[in-house]
Amino acid sequence: MAGVLGTSIKRREDPALITGRGKYTDDLLVEGMAHAAIVRSPYAHARIRGIDTSAAKTYPGVVAVLTARDVAAAGIPGMVPVGWLLPDLKTPAHPMIAADTVRHVGDAVAVVVAEDRYVARDAAERVAVDYEPLDAVADVVAALEDGAPAVHDDAPGNVAFDWEIGEKDPVDAAFAQAAHTVELDLRNNRLIPHAIEPRAALASYDSSTGVMTIHMTSQNPHVHRLLMTLASLGMPEHKVRIVAPEVGGGFGSKIHHYADEAIVGLCSLKLDRPVKWTATRTETNLTDAHGRDHSTHCAMAFDGDGRITGLRVDTKAAMGAYLSTFAPAVPTYLYGTLMSGQYDIPAIHCHVTGVFTHTAPVDAYRGAGRPEATFVVERLMHLAGEATGLGPIEVRKRNFVPADAFPYQTQVALAYDSGNYGPAMDRALEMIGYDDLCREQASRRGNGNGNGRRQMGIGFSSYIEACGLAPSAVVGSLGAQAGQWESADVRVHPTGSVTVYTGSSSHGQGHETTFSQIVADRLGVAPEAVEVIHGDTDLVQFGMGTYGSRSAAVGGSAIAGSVDKIIEKGKKIAAHLLEAAAEDLEYEDGSFRVAGSPDRALGLGDVALQAYLAHNYPDDLEPGLSATTFYDPANFTYPFGTHVCVVEVDTETGSIELLRYAAVDDVGNVINPMIVDGQLHGGLAQGIGQALWENAVYDDSGQLVSGSLMDYALPKIHNLIPFELDRTTTPCPHNPLGVKGVGEAGAIASPPAVVNAVVDALKPFGVTHIDMPLTPEKVWRAVNAD
Amino acid sequence: MYPAQFDYRRAGSVDEALGLLQEHEDAKLMAGGHSLIPMMKLRLAQPPVVIDIGRLDELKGISEAGGGVRVGALTTHADIAASDILAASCPVLAEAAGHIGDAQVRNRGTIGGNIAHADPGSDLPPVLVLLGASVHLQSPSGARSVAAADFFQDLLMTDVGEDEILTHVDVPARNAGAGAAYLKFEHPASGYAVVGAAASVTVQHGRCTAAGLVVGGVGAVPTAVDVSSLIGADLSDDAIATAASGLDTEDPLGDIFASGDYRVHVGKVYGKRALAAARDRA
Amino acid sequence: MTVSIQLEVNGKPVQAEVEPRRLLVHFLREDLGLTGANIGCETSLCGACTILVDGSAVKSCTMLAAQADGAAVTTIEGLARNGELHPLQDGFWEKHGLQCGYCTPGMILSANYLLEQNPSPSDEEIREGLKGNICRCTGYHNIVEAVKYAAERMS
Repeated sequence: MAGVLGTSIKRREDPALITGRGKYTDDLLVEGMAHAAIVRSPYAHARIRGIDTSAAKTYPGVVAVLTARDVAAAGIPGMVPVGWLLPDLKTPAHPMIAADTVRHVGDAVAVVVAEDRYVARDAAERVAVDYEPLDAVADVVAALEDGAPAVHDDAPGNVAFDWEIGEKDPVDAAFAQAAHTVELDLRNNRLIPHAIEPRAALASYDSSTGVMTIHMTSQNPHVHRLLMTLASLGMPEHKVRIVAPEVGGGFGSKIHHYADEAIVGLCSLKLDRPVKWTATRTETNLTDAHGRDHSTHCAMAFDGDGRITGLRVDTKAAMGAYLSTFAPAVPTYLYGTLMSGQYDIPAIHCHVTGVFTHTAPVDAYRGAGRPEATFVVERLMHLAGEATGLGPIEVRKRNFVPADAFPYQTQVALAYDSGNYGPAMDRALEMIGYDDLCREQASRRGNGNGNGRRQMGIGFSSYIEACGLAPSAVVGSLGAQAGQWESADVRVHPTGSVTVYTGSSSHGQGHETTFSQIVADRLGVAPEAVEVIHGDTDLVQFGMGTYGSRSAAVGGSAIAGSVDKIIEKGKKIAAHLLEAAAEDLEYEDGSFRVAGSPDRALGLGDVALQAYLAHNYPDDLEPGLSATTFYDPANFTYPFGTHVCVVEVDTETGSIELLRYAAVDDVGNVINPMIVDGQLHGGLAQGIGQALWENAVYDDSGQLVSGSLMDYALPKIHNLIPFELDRTTTPCPHNPLGVKGVGEAGAIASPPAVVNAVVDALKPFGVTHIDMPLTPEKVWRAVNAD
Repeated sequence: MYPAQFDYRRAGSVDEALGLLQEHEDAKLMAGGHSLIPMMKLRLAQPPVVIDIGRLDELKGISEAGGGVRVGALTTHADIAASDILAASCPVLAEAAGHIGDAQVRNRGTIGGNIAHADPGSDLPPVLVLLGASVHLQSPSGARSVAAADFFQDLLMTDVGEDEILTHVDVPARNAGAGAAYLKFEHPASGYAVVGAAASVTVQHGRCTAAGLVVGGVGAVPTAVDVSSLIGADLSDDAIATAASGLDTEDPLGDIFASGDYRVHVGKVYGKRALAAARDRA
Repeated sequence: MTVSIQLEVNGKPVQAEVEPRRLLVHFLREDLGLTGANIGCETSLCGACTILVDGSAVKSCTMLAAQADGAAVTTIEGLARNGELHPLQDGFWEKHGLQCGYCTPGMILSANYLLEQNPSPSDEEIREGLKGNICRCTGYHNIVEAVKYAAERMS
């Protein structure tokens, strides 16, 4: 249907969600359901001397209390695996339930199952665990120091891996000859994802069939099934069904396979009845994989013309107490490979040390490695604007990969397929009214010896991201224990309506709407004639799920591929019925037509009916009209853009007020502009949140001191402003839709834009860097530093 | 998330509530529940008995009394913020109540519950101290009142005795020519005041005849600042800044968001700004 | 012990025996099956559990079911009338004011209360009025648009 692609049609997901009918995992109430409460370590590091469950077991209403012994007795693997292996990666065991040692606050030591969720919590408090507290280390730098407490005996020095990309010698040479250099020591603050729906699982084992059904908060049900069966429960994969009902946000945190959901599965398996566990906010914050947590030294070298000659990065990246599902990939292949940014950099070297700490694991969180890389590059570019005297715009423009240089091979493995960076920056400057802002800034700086109370700053971020991790053979060679394709089964029903089964499982992105638009456009049917099914391993063929801004580019392309196959098959059927040659048939607006004879045509529904009747049918063709595609992309996609942030800083208190935020993004072709804008808005809020407010803080003993919303500041409505958005369009050249992905762009681009703006505001005070989050106190101290 | 078990008693009158309080050791009074229930959900509070006084109409409402304003203990923050009586005679109290939490919290939270909990980041205590309000308490042996300045004793500690119920707060009428303001430096996560500065200035015949400044959030209890230097002064920005810089707390509160030193600094800045705002309203 | 409560939920009378400690949100979700009000935190900050009690927006995670005795409660399930969406529901749909939808019932009920108090709020008043509701998906931009859309249609 023409005009469907690129149109802001309203989301079909919404009627259920705005009326309270959408069913999230904790909304599921089933007959005979018991409730689990998990007993967690209050210590960051301790030996378990013993566990006395007797008081809990005899508490009225308690069904069972399980510990690591029960995992062993069940004869199941009982492990939580890592799904990405690097060379020489240390992979210490991560048991579902800790047997002898706990390694972070929140580590599971027992589970109580009771008839009521309140009773389960009562009884959990009655499980007496005899701990011998041990020294702990929560800080990524401290963990590498001599004599630091060891998180795992089999990971000496707390080093999980030592990884590098690029070549060191050319970088050293570039620095030796540089006309200008800039350098920075920075912390990329640890974040807690905070999907507003905490993680939850409802496991229902039925011994009469041997089937386990687990409804859970999942971004990728098939991946969860694979890891759950293989490493945790040891059940045959075909006897386990994972369903992701409505999922209340994920941002990465619901990609990973955790101990808790496996524990709930074990409870149901043992009790042969449904068991539900719903994390409290505190629990989910203690156990969800966190994001970021880097300590980095970085430096950039320039020639006399302000052209970048070298980039050097050395990062210590926290892994937490155990390696989470994709953790090793995040600060390596999703980080080091992004170091060229939008720039033509002839020499890059990036070294990363993965570090175990006595904290919650760290893994992919919106952007996953790319925000950290963008922060390094764009902070350095800000400093370079000052050091070279070129200013923030010219220094960037002078170093952009030129539009005629694509495909462009970076020094850090990635080959950018397309790009055109200048127009996005020009548009951003136009939107923000840069010249007027500069005049305003100058006038404020002129106020009172350059130290006026309310200073204004303008910050830029010209970012690149790599979406849709691909292709499978390449990611496999880099250590991924999974493919990175996506599947789509498109079935045309006998009456011509369509059902799509996609492996790309939505958790708020609106896949049902956008995917129906893809089919409607390509197949010439109304979007309402297309149903989209996802999130259920029994209904949908294996799929990889939703993360890394991959769903449109990879999942959408798989759907497009299936639609194309259906059209090809339909042409053969229609040719037979119309007594024409298949080569002479065209497909347009839902009809198969003989070229040059417009009255010889059959609608999709007519052809579909014949495909299922198969009465008058080509001899060499199978009946039916459906197609399955496993689409494996040829490359990543490379969205890019320029963001501009304008802030006002109250230099007396250090408070920051956002004044403007303009973003020009190039995400390729756009399927639904409304949804694309919404994704950007959300990503911006999270990136701005990282820059200004969010911080997961562990104290020296490994206690998470910002584990509740009383201390962890999420972006709130009264602290944010309207966002000003625009786009340029450079289609992806290697997928059938020309789309690139948009889920993470806002979170990737915005942190350096905000920090650069604040640093710019404080230029009269000689401030060159403040670590995120830019709390008022830190800003005030920077203003008043000697 | 799940409170421990407790017995629930609903009082039909203040006397009944006082009786229940005597009857049940370690019982907790609950007004709107917005201080108590969060503590119970985290099991930081596990009272064996909760006495619900939330329906005692005799403790609700705002009225003019004795030349001032009487605010019943069960009056919600929303009602205080929207009160016409307070808007006319004591707008700074309404202003502070409007800063508490969010709309939902203000709809359930009450002045009595709030000040009896005595969170150092609460918005009302510094204003009540500034205004010279009196807090009225009732026990089986009778009623008494205590000055707000003496009511707040330490972190989460007040003068309310175990057998007492907070019944109402009396706020004296404001002076002619008085202006007052409450400025809040809000914690971005909790919404509590990192610093809350309440200031008042009275100007008569062009001269400052009275001035007050009380800062919350910096110390365990509201900290009064001696700003008597402003009396008779010209209320210039410089004079105000000098007066506000007298804020002094021996052992300032600090957390991961704002250290003690920083809180004192912001207290001075917000004190200065609150005084200036009060001057402009006088 | 249990407490007897009688209340009106979405216009229908309800009678129940509840444990004193039972939170109103659990009573609504598990005892009445009204799962529209969600739970996102335990510190009364996220607002996902917001409902109307006697017309006022409250956080049902910070209220005992026992306290709701005698009250009239409206949940998201009770907002649409005669099968017709409330203008706010319409506005959130029209303006893409939701993504995952988890905060949405609470957000809509808070906005409903806001518009009752202030039928034509400014952008700033909308942002101030909804500060008790956290959304992690939308960056709030379209939530403000949704509320404005509804305000225009309700006036």
